[in-house]
Amino acid sequence: MNPIMASAPALFTIRSVDYRAISPVLIILAVALVSVFVEAFVGRSARRPVQLVLVFGAFLATFIDLITLHATRLVTAAGSVAVDGPALVMQGAIILLAALAAMLMAERMVDPSGDPFAARASSLPGSVDEAEFSARGYFQTEVWPLLLFSVAGMMLFVSANDLLLMFVALEVMSLPIYLMAGMARRRRLLSQEASLKYFLLGAFASAFFLYGMALTFGFAGSVNLGSIADAVSAKPSQSGLLLLAVAMLSIGLLFKVAAVPFHQWTPDAYQGAPTAVTALMATTVKIAAFGALMRVLYVAFGGIRWDWTPMLWIVAILTMVVGSVIAVTQSDIKRMLAYSSVAQAGFILVGVIAVSGKGLASVLFYVIAYGFATIGAFAVVSVVRDASGEATHLSKWAGLGKKSPVTGAVLSLLMLSFAGIPLTSGFIGKFAVFSAAIANGATWLVIVAVIASVVSAFFYARVIVLMFFSEPTEATASVVVPSAFTTIVIAAGATVTVVVGIAPQPLLDLVNNAGLFLR
Amino acid sequence: MNTFPWLTTLGVVPLLGAVVVMLVPKAKATVAKQVALVVSLATLLLTVLMALQFKANSGSAFQFTEHANWIPSFGISYSVGVDGIALVLIALATTLVPVVILAGWNDVEPGRGSVKGYFALILVLETLMIGVFAATDVFLFYVFFEVMLIPVYFMIGRYGGPQRSYAAVKFLLYSLVGGLFMLASLIGLYVVSGQHTGHGTFDYLTLAALHMDPNVQKMLFLGFFFAFAVKAPMWPFHTWLPDAAQQSKSGTAVLLIGVLDKVGTFGMIRYCLPIFPAAASFYAPVVIAMALIGIFYGAYVALTQKDLKRLFAYSSMSHFGFIALGIFVFTSIGQSGSVVYMVAHGLSTAALFLTAGFLFQRYRGSQQIDDYSGVNKVAPVMAGFFLVAALSSLALPGMVSFIGEFMVLLGSFQRYLWVGAIATFGIVITAAYVLRVYQRTMTGSLAEGLSGMKDLSGREVTALFPIAALTIILGFFPAPLLNVINPAVHRVMTSIGMVDPAPTVAVSGFEGTAK
Repeated sequence: MNPIMASAPALFTIRSVDYRAISPVLIILAVALVSVFVEAFVGRSARRPVQLVLVFGAFLATFIDLITLHATRLVTAAGSVAVDGPALVMQGAIILLAALAAMLMAERMVDPSGDPFAARASSLPGSVDEAEFSARGYFQTEVWPLLLFSVAGMMLFVSANDLLLMFVALEVMSLPIYLMAGMARRRRLLSQEASLKYFLLGAFASAFFLYGMALTFGFAGSVNLGSIADAVSAKPSQSGLLLLAVAMLSIGLLFKVAAVPFHQWTPDAYQGAPTAVTALMATTVKIAAFGALMRVLYVAFGGIRWDWTPMLWIVAILTMVVGSVIAVTQSDIKRMLAYSSVAQAGFILVGVIAVSGKGLASVLFYVIAYGFATIGAFAVVSVVRDASGEATHLSKWAGLGKKSPVTGAVLSLLMLSFAGIPLTSGFIGKFAVFSAAIANGATWLVIVAVIASVVSAFFYARVIVLMFFSEPTEATASVVVPSAFTTIVIAAGATVTVVVGIAPQPLLDLVNNAGLFLR
Repeated sequence: MNTFPWLTTLGVVPLLGAVVVMLVPKAKATVAKQVALVVSLATLLLTVLMALQFKANSGSAFQFTEHANWIPSFGISYSVGVDGIALVLIALATTLVPVVILAGWNDVEPGRGSVKGYFALILVLETLMIGVFAATDVFLFYVFFEVMLIPVYFMIGRYGGPQRSYAAVKFLLYSLVGGLFMLASLIGLYVVSGQHTGHGTFDYLTLAALHMDPNVQKMLFLGFFFAFAVKAPMWPFHTWLPDAAQQSKSGTAVLLIGVLDKVGTFGMIRYCLPIFPAAASFYAPVVIAMALIGIFYGAYVALTQKDLKRLFAYSSMSHFGFIALGIFVFTSIGQSGSVVYMVAHGLSTAALFLTAGFLFQRYRGSQQIDDYSGVNKVAPVMAGFFLVAALSSLALPGMVSFIGEFMVLLGSFQRYLWVGAIATFGIVITAAYVLRVYQRTMTGSLAEGLSGMKDLSGREVTALFPIAALTIILGFFPAPLLNVINPAVHRVMTSIGMVDPAPTVAVSGFEGTAK
């Protein structure tokens, strides 16, 4: 029964793997490998079209595959992969959002130089090489295989039923993103700093996760979540080892969801990374991280929930309050959205704390609604530009709504959704999460969340004030007309926000029918 | 009975009108205004047709009911219906919207924001105002309650005075604080209803029939009451109102104070009392104290104001004290009086703000009381309307506000002699500041800049006349109003298990004159 022991050479047996059930991940991984070869063997001019066909083809195929698999509920690969409702829902959301983020990456109309990514990531910023590459009109396409590997990691991350596999998935997900974060074409030093910071802190968090895994193994004799759950319920007396293990694992995962006090990387990484990559980090990574966090806490440590919920209470309160309050002081829209994502992570944690089927469903709903609104918001940020590139400083947004009413209206809508105003998806998400929490007795937590919501409404409203109630000045940025790629992303973000806000029942059915985690 | 979806139609018409207004080309601003006016008049006509079919003593709690599932997962439905209280408030809203559109015809100068945008926002707001009074699903009510903030936020923030964005944000945040606490209570109510009935619901009548634990009621009541007290606004949650009133266009102020703020007092009588009866009687002394403080504080601060719109805002706060007082003394007369007072205050607020707005337009937009005097020399018609509005505000007998105020005081005397006695002194201060304002602005020698000032135009008179007429007609003949309000109030009294104290001579004598 023990997967670690079973894989030792002396006892080697071939475990049956349900390849059909894990085919979505396999498709992405296979295409990722093909994509690497394309980089090596296809001529420079043909690379981009070929990569785009591969990437979007892979996403389409995977999404169709997920739909055909929607009723699958099984655990396979020696108990290390759980293909269950929550995993499938999250994988579907990750694919959709990654496809939208890929469209932002593919956008070439917005930046006058033709591409959002550095011509050669390896060239030093400001060097002769860099100027040379730019002058020759080089564009790089390495982001595409990186994107695919990262998405494969995310998909595995949400269905990993085994801490070891989860760790591998975590790294497969994160490493390409660390790289992509450093590839911005403009403000390269800022971008590289973001990358390095994200990488170092990410490595630190991974070490916590590994240590937690080792402690868990020491306690349970297994890294399989189901076996850990059995061990936890078999030993009624709590050991310090176990609590330390839970804390360490949680730190590793809370880092990825950007919960306070593990959030320090967020503003720098969000600000420095190319906006398309930021959009990917803010949406898909967040979904994946919450999926893994809940799976570990619910499946492996559900039996000792009374020991870890107090810790999560503190983290959730800190995350909501610190995220909201610090966001108020930001003057850069990307940093503001970063702190907003911290605050939103706090609201989602309120749903995690419910530790119930309702809590799980509400978190799924929230992250999906939040993901679409967020990707729309970053898409809008990417088209607001002045001579120096993206005009992220908020002073340049004054009067933007008067210059470009549609863009302003869309961003206002998304801000209202973040603030939780009714008839937007964000409101239903908040409602779902809060009601799950109150049903499980976390009334005071919800009251804190409500107060934090008010604080957050202030900075969301401030963006609207700037755009619509201030007069445009000389410094006001203008909205670049993007190609169909970015337009689709903005339209998708706005449409999902409104439709899910007005008619949330289909999405509620989806997350309610997803059921619970398998083990 | 009739199955025509009256309330949905009533709500959809202005919304469609707003879409049409937005589709009118930018250059044809006049067409956009005309469309808005026609749509609002059509809505008013529909309201009248609906009201004619309302049966005052039908026995059922709500009429013109409609029901459709909306979000079954949370037990949320699209349910609408009206009782007498909701009906008169919807009628108030649909009456004031065309008046405001007509009065605000030239409010948006070209270049100061989109003209059609302003009128489209008014129509959207009308839809939401109808919805908020018609909702019989508490969640639906909450949705309207919150979404209403957005058009007002834009109406203040885009079209208001110099400090408009400060006022708009202050208004939005204050309201959101209240609204989000209400959301917490709302979710709590949903969870409690799930414990009582097996599946959570937001249906008003189901919730009103729950017998909740008094301690739970006391918690949940606070969230609702806080939201309504901010909205109304009651002392000490009122500080957003003077800024919002001062910075917004007169039309915006009329809809904001005349109708939207009534949602607060409407919410108290519709939701706080019947759903949380035990909590309502537990907190009643505190609320009555807040109401009394509000009456005097508002009136006292109004005395000291230099800005006419701020003065009206504080005076409204004082009036809201009377309305809340009438609701929480738990007598039929007091509550009926409160509802009449809501209507009366809506009318008098509209008359005051609109007349004042016309006045400001004639003197460089100044809102300072000191800039005006002797207006009746050059603009007697304007001064006349202002006088009617002012007298209505101080509740002169013969005005509908007198009926409201008198009933509220009578109801207070019935329950708590001292409360009634104290509140009565509020009338004196009201008379002081209202008459002083009239005297300083309209009478005396003509202020320098005002010579040659034009009197009200035909459009302006057309806008003001219906309000003044209604104020006086309903003042002499309040029976239509009371007939529809009384059964609804009776139902509220029954739901909170309160009976009127033994009738006195004064009561019967009063009812004789009213009917």
